[in-house]
Amino acid sequence: MTTTARPYVGTALDRVEGMEKVTGRARYAYEHSPDELAYAVPVQASIARGEVRAIDVQAALTIPGVIAIIWHRNAPRLAPADNAELSVLQSARVAYRGQYIAVAVAETLQAAGEAARSLSVDYAGEPHDTELRADHPGLYRPEKVNAGYPTDSEHGDPDAAMEAAPIRVDATYSTPAEHNNPMEPHATVARWDADGLTLYDSTQGASAVRATLAALFTMPPANVRVIASHVGGGFGSKGQPLAPVVLAALAAKHVTRPVKLAVPRQQMFAVTGYRTPTIQRVRLGADVDGRLTAIVHEAIEQCSTIREFAEQTTTPTRIMYAAPNRRTTHRVVKLDVPTPSWMRAPGEAPGMFALESAMDELAIACGIDPVELRVRNEPDADPESGEPFSSRNLVACLREGARRFGWADRDPTPGARLVGRTLIGTGVAASTYPAYRSPSQASARLEPDGRYTVRIAATDIGTGARTVLTQIAADALRTSPDRVTVEIGDSALPPATLAGGSMGTASWGTAVVRACEALREQVSRSGDLPSAGLEAAADTKEEIGAQERFSRHAFGAQFAEVGVDVDTGEARVLRLLGVFAAGRIVNPKTARSQFIGGMTMGLSTALFEESLMDREFGDYLNRDLAQYHVAACADVRDIEAVWIEEDDPHLNPMGTKGIGEIGIVGTAAAIANAVHHATGIRIRDLPIRLDKLLR
Amino acid sequence: MKPFDYQRAADTRSAVAALSRQPEAMYLGGGTNLVDLMRLGVATPAVLVDVTRATSEAIEESSGGGLLIGAAARNSDLAAHPVVRHRYPMLAQAVLAGASGQIRNMATVGGNLLQRTRCSYFQDIAKPCNKHRPGSGCPAREGDHRNLAIIGHSSSCVATHPSDMAVALAALGASVHVEGVEGTRTVPMPGLHRLPGDEPERDTVLEPGDLITAVELPALPYASRSRYRKVRDRASFAFAVVSVAVALDEADGVVRDCRIALGGVAHVPWRATLAESALRGAPATAEEFTRAADLELAGARPLPDNAFKVPLVRNVLVRVLSELAS
Ligand SMILES: Cc1cc2nc3c(=O)[nH]c(=O)nc-3n(C[C@H](O)[C@H](O)[C@H](O)COP(=O)(O)OP(=O)(O)OC[C@H]3O[C@@H](n4cnc5c(N)ncnc54)[C@H](O)[C@@H]3O)c2cc1C
Ligand code: SF4
Repeated sequence: MTTTARPYVGTALDRVEGMEKVTGRARYAYEHSPDELAYAVPVQASIARGEVRAIDVQAALTIPGVIAIIWHRNAPRLAPADNAELSVLQSARVAYRGQYIAVAVAETLQAAGEAARSLSVDYAGEPHDTELRADHPGLYRPEKVNAGYPTDSEHGDPDAAMEAAPIRVDATYSTPAEHNNPMEPHATVARWDADGLTLYDSTQGASAVRATLAALFTMPPANVRVIASHVGGGFGSKGQPLAPVVLAALAAKHVTRPVKLAVPRQQMFAVTGYRTPTIQRVRLGADVDGRLTAIVHEAIEQCSTIREFAEQTTTPTRIMYAAPNRRTTHRVVKLDVPTPSWMRAPGEAPGMFALESAMDELAIACGIDPVELRVRNEPDADPESGEPFSSRNLVACLREGARRFGWADRDPTPGARLVGRTLIGTGVAASTYPAYRSPSQASARLEPDGRYTVRIAATDIGTGARTVLTQIAADALRTSPDRVTVEIGDSALPPATLAGGSMGTASWGTAVVRACEALREQVSRSGDLPSAGLEAAADTKEEIGAQERFSRHAFGAQFAEVGVDVDTGEARVLRLLGVFAAGRIVNPKTARSQFIGGMTMGLSTALFEESLMDREFGDYLNRDLAQYHVAACADVRDIEAVWIEEDDPHLNPMGTKGIGEIGIVGTAAAIANAVHHATGIRIRDLPIRLDKLLR
Repeated sequence: MKPFDYQRAADTRSAVAALSRQPEAMYLGGGTNLVDLMRLGVATPAVLVDVTRATSEAIEESSGGGLLIGAAARNSDLAAHPVVRHRYPMLAQAVLAGASGQIRNMATVGGNLLQRTRCSYFQDIAKPCNKHRPGSGCPAREGDHRNLAIIGHSSSCVATHPSDMAVALAALGASVHVEGVEGTRTVPMPGLHRLPGDEPERDTVLEPGDLITAVELPALPYASRSRYRKVRDRASFAFAVVSVAVALDEADGVVRDCRIALGGVAHVPWRATLAESALRGAPATAEEFTRAADLELAGARPLPDNAFKVPLVRNVLVRVLSELAS
């Protein structure tokens, strides 16, 4: 382990659990195998709407090794839940194709799988509607949108300003449904004993799983323990407990044995959430110098009939650019579709594709360089709330990116650079993501041997959270990282917020710093170290509740160079550069992975990712990674992420903003803008498939 | 997964005998397609007869100046073979354009030829599909068919054959050595795969129990000037949207002979015989190439969401012919 001089925050410490991971000692949820283990394979509805009348379990029960078939007639009862997705096997209703209607439990995974397949289900099917349309009569205005944002916002008179604007852009953009697909599928090992329920779960937030499962099974939270030592990605899909973990606990209760359940990749396309498709209309009005006078951004999206999830698609538009007249709206329709949920940068990712594509269209309409257009519309303060920005360095990112990318020589003429049979173009777009923080608790302990142990129910979903918390703790304790052990991934630790909303480091780091500070105070007060050691705890609820009012956001700029084959329409990203301003960077190594990981996912969104709704059957058709394309290594040729250090005193003790999601925001627009520059073809409907570029 | 027995055949005769004895048995090559289909419940053999040792892995020059490729030869070894790379570059390129390094290391030549369509309905047994459940219907026609056939399809199935390798073999006019209960025979390529007609459950002309023992490439000196171009949605690890395999014999600006096959367009690797005969003796110009491509594609009957494949094939074919000519 590195032992360079303090501060350790800002150094490229290697992952503290790296050795455990590469040697296979790090255990993921599915790798826990308590005695008496049984295997569960869930069964999905094969109708999109209706009722399960009956399930014939006879054939399944004769398969050797089968222990039980559980469905709504014999399932243990759960307490009612706000999120009906969690009420697994509690009723006969089927709200979408692929919803769980039963689970087979057996001595082996193979027997459980065979049992699941041999069930014959009698349905009362009803006609379904799974198609999102801009003119759907069921569209309504939700009370609020995800993350608690107001549904709509309006300032000035946007309609009149649009009318009066000498330069206007009015375009509709759409993004498809997309599925998270972390490398490690959702998995749970559930065990009941006299003390209650223990879950080894692949989750982004052990504390939330504990609270939810305790409520469902009507137990005090102390009787539920959730262990998530290592998690192979989540991208939001493991951010909140969903049907699979409940099903595992319920099955284990029913068979009174520990149960292991992993969601097969095919099932992930129905039960673990996805990004809603969107239809977005953006209207921009500007004067001839490109100064915005009106911004209108209206989004349409879908959710299931059993749970409202309204994504905050247009919220980034509320803070990006100055304009006196503005409106943002969200409308949702409840369809017979699986329930959408969080997927890396929900809201920002699809919303900024639309806004930043429209800005490119405006740049062309005004004849102004797209970097310059953005600089020209930089606001002095948050354009809607009026609050000051805690820090905002979008302009610096744009300028630095333009310099590194060689933007100055760009000829804006579209379709003008043919090299061999490849048209080349470049594009730019801005990135943004809010700097959230949520209350958390932590404890810090000075052990009798002089080492430190820091405890917090944080989760490392592969981001490097354990490593950066070690660095933060080392600095706060005025010691070196090799003297600090950070324990995370267990609901028995002090409760903490989830790894989501790019707020993990900011939230957990604050609690860790406060606990370490309290410990140092104790140490200095107590003189000699008592034989049992010393321990201090912190809770950041008050601190975060009392924070000053600022508009806190990270910003960035992404530059893409794209080549489009004239004969085939194949678009490939030749270069991708991201420049970010996201507060202080705790660990350049893990941060770079977050940034380029986000950008890679953004590239993937731009060119490949698309879940296809089958109208006849009402489900997403592409159900594995051969059919649902994500970027392969060969698609990511030259990718670079750099950052501008920010010194922002209004954030948290570390001065950090989140970096987990901003990398995916803006990439698709930068690429679509580059495709337009290359070919003269404006793609407003993701992904940019070759058939859309074929001429 | 349905429980199954695993047997390893020592030689081709015992393999064939094992299948004739056990009607619910299937041959197992590298398993990269069959095992996936078993996991999905699409294939439900009671017995797997592993033929990777029964058939040869060797790749040897044959008496007639061609190449004899054992059915158990791994895709990676085929693509890396010096004779393949120098005399039949389109074949090496086609194999390398398929799947991933790991899968090619497992996949055998016999298994590759007999891999099944990637139509998404075929892979989901909860849905109807004439290929996995004869008579149940073909939802792809009204549903998702962007990646499916534009030519030679029937009202009962519009699937494509997904193999890249098979497209090059069809262009080269390979012959497939088969051993069955009745003895051995050879099946020419194209000709191994069949159009769906009203029996889409049958991908090939092989009879139950037929074992592929080898694939033979004829001597075709001008194939050293050949190319495989695969158009795909991402830069690697994706099945072809369409592909073309072309060998060109051109001198003094005139096409003396050529071989053309198309992938991603039909239930079979599609040998473009109309285009080939239009080009024989014609000037090697972009105009002639376009004319030949249009002639071949005149028979295309695309569906609404794959109509783009018609201009796409034309563009790629003209491009590859032009590149080979210059
Ligand atoms: C993720 C993924 C991506 C892929 N991408 C591509 C691609 O881009 N292009 C491409 O061309 N392919 C692709 N493939 C398919 C791959 O090429 C095939 O799976 C492989 O070639 C099959 O060979 P195998 O030996 O594993 O066959 P197996 O799976 O063992 O067998 C396939 C079939 O052939 C039969 N069989 C096997 N050997 C014989 C024999 N000797 N005689 C008679 N019958 C036999 C089996 O009974 C079975 O029906 C991909 C596969 C995967 C999983
Ligand atoms: S195209 Fe063929 S394989 Fe696909 S659904 Fe139709 S019948 Fe089945």
